[in-house]
Amino acid sequence: MNTAVLRAEFRLFRREPGAVFWVFLFPTLLLVILGSIPSFRDADDSLGGLRPVDAYVPIAVLIALIMSGVQTLPQALTGYRERGILRRMRVTPVRPTALLSAQMTVQGTVALGSALLALAVGRLAFDVRLPGQPAGYLLALLLAAAAALALGAVVSALSRTTRIAGAIGSAVFFPMMFCAGVWIPVRAMPDALARGVTLTPFGAAARALDQAAAGHWPGWDHLGVLALWTVLLTAGAARWFRWE
Amino acid sequence: MSVIEVTDLRKVYGGRAVVDGVSFAVEEGEIFGVLGPNGAGKTTTVECVEGLRVPDAGRVRVTGLDPVADHERVARVLGAQLQESELQAKLTVREALELYAAFYPDPLDWRPLAERLGLTDRLTTRFGKLSGGQKQRLSIALALIGNPRIVVLDELTTGLDPRARRDTWQLIEDVRAGGVTVLLVTHFMEEAQRLCDRIAVIDKGRVAALDTPAGLIRRSAGATVISFTPSAPLDDRELDALPALASVEHKDGRVTLSGTDETVNAVITLLARHRVTAHQLRVTDATLDDAFLDLTEEKEKAI
Repeated sequence: MNTAVLRAEFRLFRREPGAVFWVFLFPTLLLVILGSIPSFRDADDSLGGLRPVDAYVPIAVLIALIMSGVQTLPQALTGYRERGILRRMRVTPVRPTALLSAQMTVQGTVALGSALLALAVGRLAFDVRLPGQPAGYLLALLLAAAAALALGAVVSALSRTTRIAGAIGSAVFFPMMFCAGVWIPVRAMPDALARGVTLTPFGAAARALDQAAAGHWPGWDHLGVLALWTVLLTAGAARWFRWE
Repeated sequence: MSVIEVTDLRKVYGGRAVVDGVSFAVEEGEIFGVLGPNGAGKTTTVECVEGLRVPDAGRVRVTGLDPVADHERVARVLGAQLQESELQAKLTVREALELYAAFYPDPLDWRPLAERLGLTDRLTTRFGKLSGGQKQRLSIALALIGNPRIVVLDELTTGLDPRARRDTWQLIEDVRAGGVTVLLVTHFMEEAQRLCDRIAVIDKGRVAALDTPAGLIRRSAGATVISFTPSAPLDDRELDALPALASVEHKDGRVTLSGTDETVNAVITLLARHRVTAHQLRVTDATLDDAFLDLTEEKEKAI
């Protein structure tokens, strides 16, 4: 990792108001809007006695990861390739991988920062309890972040231009949001659907975060699904990524 | 000592040899030009020197190192300005200079370099907001910032206005005076003639000629051009019989001949014999332009 590149990429991320909004602010904003609906603050039996606003904190956390993974990261990486920035790096002593890893570090860090913001606002504004099993929560969160970044790298590898990356990103975005439980929390889904959804990276992440939030160690089946996706997507990105 | 050696380089794309047996050696401290028409394989050749492409056959050595296998060591001594490569749109000129300086163990101070390239009043401008010429100047600055021993410049003055172009040429001469070897890709004759010590003319993936600019001009068939408006018509047969004649052209009563010094003497004798006055007589040396067309056309005729 080259620190000069990392610092430059952080600075450049801050200059993208769209990325800052969607990755860092939007998930918490959505939580605030939903939490402001009175019925979202009443305990709900289909959520095992939790209030919907409690259930939406882990979902907001995942939205941040999905935004950076399938929207901002592939746009950035594909743009760097399309406009010859990676090529320019290749004729310096610093490898272009420095730029890729810096970009992934920036995106991952901002998404994790966004997760912290959602947890803090949930706690302060809506009295949502902090995760009962913090170590398990952190582990699930880091694995989900790794899967999201690997997914972004695959989208970028498969997209020759930023337009294609945008199209693939949007096509993947809604199914991923569904699996994370944005429309119906995964635990409230019918059994058959929930079983399918927990085989996807964000479905598994949603369940793992729920369990850790409730104070249990997240199920190894969910963590295993996340780890497997991360490995497969990373291998795919490494196999298909082109420098120019 | 040769700092760049290219031997029998071949690069094939889709069954077509874009570079087909190119060889040349660049000596330390010289400005070496790679000249050729569009699509001749110039850029592919220098991309192999930069380590951006892996040759299909042949050998490339930069300061004795393989630019692909020893990429990092080569990149430390070789600065490159690429065609059509950009930077992050929201990176400012100053940030770009500082960032690229951080890539090298012993970089130049970016302030005088920016001054030299007329970028001082653009330091806080973002790359995306620069004009084409300013982008080009920044790209030249980034090629030099690592304090390289060799600098490869691909279409150096594209997009520059005539003044900026001349300033850039002066800069390249100063860079060379500082001991840096320059490999210059161009299709701009005036640039090659003014800057280069030696030129490899590349055409259809091969080296068509390799010589000094003066040598290339001497080699071309019509190295001297004689033009005049005769006071009375001249016999075509007599003109055609002139020694060492390369071509004859008539246009609006004006005769243009190309040949050698021998042709010049014979024309003067011919005119005197017929008592014809040559109005507006001009004798000029051919330019690199003429030599280039000559060298690259010959091949086309042969095919």
